[in-house]
Amino acid sequence: MVNNQPKISVENLRLSYGHREVLHGLSFSVAPKEILGVIGPAQSGKTSLLRCLNRTIDFVSNAFVSGSIRIDGEDVLRTSDVHTLRRKVGMVSPLPVGLPLSVYDNVAFAPRCAGIKNRDELDARVERCLRQAALWDEVKDRLHTLGTKLSGGQQQRLTIARALSHDPEILCLDEFSIAIDPVTTMRIEDVLKELKSHMTILLVTNLVQQARRLADRTMFLWNGEIVELDRTEAIFSNQPRDKRTYDYIHGLFG
Amino acid sequence: MSASPFTVTPLVRRNMRRELAARIVLGAMVAAMVLPLLAIIAYLVAKGAPLISLKFLTTNPTHGMREGGIWSALLGTIYLVVIALAVSAPIGVLCAVYLNEYAKDNWLTRIINLAVVNLAGVPSIVHALFGLGAFVLFAGIGRSILAASLTLAIMTLPVIIASTKEALAAVPMSFREACWNVGASRWQTIWSIVLPNSLSGILTGVILQVSRTAGETAPIMFTGAVFFKKIQPGTLFAYSLTDQCMALSMHLYTVTTQVTNAPEPLPYAIALVLLGAVLAVNAASIIVRSLLRSRKKW
Repeated sequence: MVNNQPKISVENLRLSYGHREVLHGLSFSVAPKEILGVIGPAQSGKTSLLRCLNRTIDFVSNAFVSGSIRIDGEDVLRTSDVHTLRRKVGMVSPLPVGLPLSVYDNVAFAPRCAGIKNRDELDARVERCLRQAALWDEVKDRLHTLGTKLSGGQQQRLTIARALSHDPEILCLDEFSIAIDPVTTMRIEDVLKELKSHMTILLVTNLVQQARRLADRTMFLWNGEIVELDRTEAIFSNQPRDKRTYDYIHGLFG
Repeated sequence: MSASPFTVTPLVRRNMRRELAARIVLGAMVAAMVLPLLAIIAYLVAKGAPLISLKFLTTNPTHGMREGGIWSALLGTIYLVVIALAVSAPIGVLCAVYLNEYAKDNWLTRIINLAVVNLAGVPSIVHALFGLGAFVLFAGIGRSILAASLTLAIMTLPVIIASTKEALAAVPMSFREACWNVGASRWQTIWSIVLPNSLSGILTGVILQVSRTAGETAPIMFTGAVFFKKIQPGTLFAYSLTDQCMALSMHLYTVTTQVTNAPEPLPYAIALVLLGAVLAVNAASIIVRSLLRSRKKW
């Protein structure tokens, strides 16, 4: 793969639910091993954008997508193998979801779905993912208790471990910190900084400062349009190109 | 003197009076529901119990139903229930899985769902006529255990679909989304997450249909149940699928209305056996449900 080829390239992406268009022709690209922060108020289409990337938008019966999304050059919207696509694009949802399985099975679920049956391989993978998600030390003695019995912050890290368990090349985090405390949030942010060495990360967040801390570039999405996409320092400087960006970041919106 | 925060004011007293009144009225409603049930059971036991014995259960009726036991009717009911549910439970559960997990939310699905709900409310005599037309006459099965069981299966199908759908819908959507997000297919999601966690609800729905199937008279009257049939005692395989059979519900009806000079305790004893069987099955369903519930995972 040529190094300057974008990991994700989105062109003129439009999404409508029924007759209501929520993404009005987005075009942007994400470089390999980049953290792209996506900020924007509620209803601006952040989650919808992520759902297009891993094609879980298919489960919304009245959704209609047009334009193109390419990951490593492959057309996401037209691929028939959505399961492989979803393994390539890890997704962490806003609220922690521990599946009603043991901690071990929560993490082993995706590899098993992908056909990995070998016990040693699963063991190694579960340990690696739980370590990556900064959860291993807390759960290593109770891998076979229910994942749903963990605390909220632990479940969110379990969710991240699960998203890592299928070796994604891209990790999408959708407001991962809204249900967890600041200390855990910081721990996960440290994890993300490490993961960046071998993963492309899309960080959708309500906390503009989180984007500032982590993102290489930041996109300000508003009402389904990209208001501004630039280096994070530029977005957070005193003169971003668009005044709305400045207003949003400084809480002057409205 | 300033009022202590716990002083009983008139407002508090009025609330307490209302609370008491609500307790009494609602409790009385429960009593109004429970007492008749207990009365029915007590009455049946008092009138019918003297006749109940192992011999009563395991011998055929004799002397024009006036003597002997209820073996052929009891075994007939077991056949009908087992075969009917063996047909309707798998079809119904898989139907519900399709409707709840696979079907897109469009007008066709909505019509099917509406049809299921409405079919569940169709009187059993209508199902009986359908069974007579479809299985006995059109399919040429003739009046037999098979035709009667299929009719009962058609009758229970919509209820099983409805109860299974409800059990599936009780599994939170977020679990499914989490599975899809990591690349699990719909079937992998259903098999490893949705079904294991809705099993207790599905089983309860199916088992409750046992009592309904055992109690129905109309659908089997036209399609396979007979007034009297003698079968070999002592074996569970006394009927074949193409035989006509006796059934407890039908037997109760004929003994009370068609047989003159039947001994007085006989209908009560039959009803008691029917009720006992139904209660036993329901108790089993409650045990299964509480066993599965105790493993509830979220």
